[in-house]
Amino acid sequence: MANDPMQQFKIEKIFDLPTIAGHDISFTNSSLWMALTALGVMIFFALTAKGKLIPGRMQSLGEISHEFIANMLKDTTGPEAIKFFPYIFSIFFFILFANLLGMNPYAFTSTSHLAVSVALALFTIGLVVVAGIVKNGLRWFKIFAPAGLPLPVYFLIVPIEIISFLSRPVTLSVRLFANMTAGHVMLKIFAIFIAYLMSSGGWKIFAAIVPIVGTTAIVALEFLVAGLQAFVFAILTCVYLNDVYHVDH
Amino acid sequence: MEAEAAKYIGAGLAGLALVGAGLGIGNIFSSYLSGALRNPSAAASQRTNLLLGFALCEATGLFGFVLAMIMLFA
Repeated sequence: MANDPMQQFKIEKIFDLPTIAGHDISFTNSSLWMALTALGVMIFFALTAKGKLIPGRMQSLGEISHEFIANMLKDTTGPEAIKFFPYIFSIFFFILFANLLGMNPYAFTSTSHLAVSVALALFTIGLVVVAGIVKNGLRWFKIFAPAGLPLPVYFLIVPIEIISFLSRPVTLSVRLFANMTAGHVMLKIFAIFIAYLMSSGGWKIFAAIVPIVGTTAIVALEFLVAGLQAFVFAILTCVYLNDVYHVDH
Repeated sequence: MEAEAAKYIGAGLAGLALVGAGLGIGNIFSSYLSGALRNPSAAASQRTNLLLGFALCEATGLFGFVLAMIMLFA
């Protein structure tokens, strides 16, 4: 019996590929589930993008999600940021589908690995830096020095702003990773507890009803967290994109 | 004390981060509820901020979990 709650996060090679510059690029179960996630998103949009005048159920689903992200981007960053809409939209749906696919039994949650969430966070923060410099030139660095402060305060505020900016990718990635990992570890620990109670016999079999109810509730909570984390990642990306357009605070 | 024991005690202590996260989440939802009951018409528009605050707050507790994982496995 597998009774290690961390075993579900083990990365296994599915087939080997040659190493590139010392890096192992073998196709792993993580890659497989990320590919399935991307495929899932594509199938979702193939089903929802029919484009009839009177939308059916599936088309409404696609339109509502489009409107939801577009409104979020407009409210938090401003209407001029709408050209980043495809990025926010795809990152939201990638994380959402990765989290939801990971909730299936025997599935692998690709977002529960720091490597994946750090890659997503670095894309976001790299986008903010590149787009900010392309749009504002070197004036973009004024986000580290808000205008209208007495001179001595700048010696304090500039390092704080720089540290706060540099901690963004860390918190963004660790939030996603920790939420998914903690949730799945908790589910597995409860499940192991149920298996232990059921196998020990006697009155303990009836006591197992308590953790079964608890696990059901935690599964519901995890579905909430799966959606919420995708939403939070997307909205924080929008908030960080503010720095591209509002340099002078 | 053995180093192994200290590792487990440290990992357990990292769980204390959840005290702050619990207080914060409770505070966010209680403030939202009292605000929403005073002015129900404005409640729906603030749900985004509610969820954002909840997630930001929860994450600080989960950093404690990450610390525990680092202590146990790194």
